[in-house]
Amino acid sequence: MSAPFDMNDDNVVVIIGTGAGGGVLANELAQKGVSVVALEAGGRYLPEDYINDEWDSFGQLAWTDPRTTSGDWRVAKDFSGLPAWIVKAVGGTTTHWAGASLRFQDHEWKPRTTYGDIEGANLLDWPIDPREMDDYYTKAENKLGVTRTGGRAGLPGSNNYKVFEKGAKALGYEEVHTGRMAINSADFDDRLACQQTGFCFQGCKWGAKWSSAYTDIPRGEATGNLEVRDRCHVMRIEHNEQGKVTSVVYVDADGNQQEQRARVVCVAGNSIESPRLLLNSASSMFPDGLANSSGQVGRNYMRHVTGSVYAVFDQPVRMWRGTTMAGIIQDEAKNDPSRGFVGGYELETLSLGLPFMAAFLDPGAWGREFTTALDHYENMAGMWIVGEDMPQETNRITLNHDVTDQHGLAVADVHFDDHPNDVAMRNHAYKQGIAVYEAVGATRVFPTPPYPSTHNLGTNRMSEDPRDGVVNRHGQTHDISNLFVSDGSQFTSGASENPTLTIVALAIRQADFIAAELSKNTL
Amino acid sequence: MSIRKQAMTRRQLLSKSAMFGASFAIGSGFVAGQATAANWAVEVEHLKPETMATLIQLARDIYPHDQVSDEYYAVAVKGYDSADAAEGIEVGIAELNEAAKGIGFANYIDVGWERDRVDLLRGMEDSAFFQQIRGGLVTGLYNQKAIWPIFGYEGESFSKGGYIDRGFDDINWL
Ligand SMILES: Cc1cc2nc3c(=O)[nH]c(=O)nc-3n(C[C@H](O)[C@H](O)[C@H](O)COP(=O)(O)OP(=O)(O)OC[C@H]3O[C@@H](n4cnc5c(N)ncnc54)[C@H](O)[C@@H]3O)c2cc1C
Ligand code: SF4
Repeated sequence: MSAPFDMNDDNVVVIIGTGAGGGVLANELAQKGVSVVALEAGGRYLPEDYINDEWDSFGQLAWTDPRTTSGDWRVAKDFSGLPAWIVKAVGGTTTHWAGASLRFQDHEWKPRTTYGDIEGANLLDWPIDPREMDDYYTKAENKLGVTRTGGRAGLPGSNNYKVFEKGAKALGYEEVHTGRMAINSADFDDRLACQQTGFCFQGCKWGAKWSSAYTDIPRGEATGNLEVRDRCHVMRIEHNEQGKVTSVVYVDADGNQQEQRARVVCVAGNSIESPRLLLNSASSMFPDGLANSSGQVGRNYMRHVTGSVYAVFDQPVRMWRGTTMAGIIQDEAKNDPSRGFVGGYELETLSLGLPFMAAFLDPGAWGREFTTALDHYENMAGMWIVGEDMPQETNRITLNHDVTDQHGLAVADVHFDDHPNDVAMRNHAYKQGIAVYEAVGATRVFPTPPYPSTHNLGTNRMSEDPRDGVVNRHGQTHDISNLFVSDGSQFTSGASENPTLTIVALAIRQADFIAAELSKNTL
Repeated sequence: MSIRKQAMTRRQLLSKSAMFGASFAIGSGFVAGQATAANWAVEVEHLKPETMATLIQLARDIYPHDQVSDEYYAVAVKGYDSADAAEGIEVGIAELNEAAKGIGFANYIDVGWERDRVDLLRGMEDSAFFQQIRGGLVTGLYNQKAIWPIFGYEGESFSKGGYIDRGFDDINWL
């Protein structure tokens, strides 16, 4: 049978969400001859549709359905209705992402063993050996065309990078370069080389940056084995008396409810929507939500220790010219508890346009202290902190039954409190980031608070023991053998690296497993 | 492949973003257009002209940029001159004028030093009115393409072929 598939076709694998996890899984399965229906809440946009304007692009692509926040994190105060910055479109957040593509360090697969028992942290080792990931990381790097891997050259350094590099070297940092980026430094895989337009967050109009929207998705569709239904929001997953999932119920583009039968269901809606969907699928057999016998669905929400450092100089930088993320310092990514915290962090250059800078430099601030900073926008350089945060059981996604979305479904509440380790790490990173810029003569520095979460992880975590987590080493739920989780919510820990390369590597690995199980008839 | 374009207009986004709550009221006062300082005064329909003048001073006191002329602040707050918004704005501005009287001035505009006006605003910065105006200005002011050049920001570059040959690495003072 080839696409389009019948609603009653119970031989299809249904994938919910088409971002880094779902989009890649859909293509990988389709390439192996597996029939796939991918349901995506957002619309379909391609490079010619992307808008190089920060707010207009946000309006086009971002997930703005209601969500609520709680906890002591500053985002709950500054952006109470917007806990996360996630895309709702075919291709998911890979349309917005900056492209930084880093492998985990070996010890980061075993955080409980490496860091020990940290009070208040719900640390657990991944049930995966780092060596098992080597080949999958290589496959992922080759798929994304990651620079500085597989013989691909690095990107050239922009103004923002040059300031950062000079400061880093002055401080004695050694692992400083223009990053391992899923952005073409030369034409690759039918995609152009980067033209340094500087709107990577708004969708790359040249296609130089990898996104599943214009790579994996159309390639999967070209096999005839993948049908992508856009503007289809999945409301719940149904199961039978044997406790196997059987179908998904969704609202289609015209607002009609539909039910697609399924042999296997893979949830890949990002770490806020995936647990929300499992919780919203509660039934008399599974009163706490699907796959939740451990009680861990929605818990251990991680968002990375983040923050930014911007600095003003006495002369122009024009950081907006060139890739949004243009370079990295990796020296602090190691685990060195003598700094006063476990785990490590990366420093990565970042640039925002004037409209976003006004919104994010110091949310809520006003008066001359704030506006004199923007007056020197042209002379600004910027970097972003991304470090490992501690999983905490109480940091979690729950259903907020007081607020419903346009489909009448309870929305997700995102609760987050910083762990003392997170605070210590962020303060260290602010200090180092400021030192980098002061070493090049910054006249003023800004330790900028975290933005709404761009890295959302951990809410259906992987565990060896079914009591500790939601899915096993293949992303298969411990409770329901034909229900999988295929996105960043599988993460047992966050590590200090940007997550997408690992999400993609895990999706390629999961496709191997699902295809093998299907052919053995064990699913 | 059928591509459904469903880009939201700015206005749709703004009505959506009202759901984000007061702390993320992006652009509740945004008005696209080329209004100038000369014609905002004649254009007020629902607000008293002196209320609009006070609103513009208030906008400047919240986000003061001496190199940005009044017309851009006027554009940023012009949206409050609507049937829906006007009443609340009149109340808020009246309170501001009352506060100015409390320190011996005829009204807010009459307070000569920015420092004294800012003191008044500090006393009311948690009020819904102040936050409405401030939140609206974040996009109302800074998302006006016309002011970007004043800050050196160049905006989109795709139509010019990016910055690859136009100075992405031209820094010369390091
Ligand atoms: C501005 C920005 C910059 C970033 N930069 C980087 C970077 O440099 N490096 C990096 O590694 N990561 C980066 N990230 C993070 C990266 O984009 C995400 O980690 C990654 O895309 C997550 O993949 P995912 O599969 O978990 O979810 P997503 O890619 O978010 O995909 C989830 C999809 O599921 C859909 N969906 C959700 N619920 C439903 C439902 N009920 N029914 C149907 N569809 C549904 C959504 O619409 C969405 O399309 C960045 C993110 C942002 C926002
Ligand atoms: S800077 Fe490069 S990767 Fe980023 S949007 Fe422009 S062309 Fe694409």
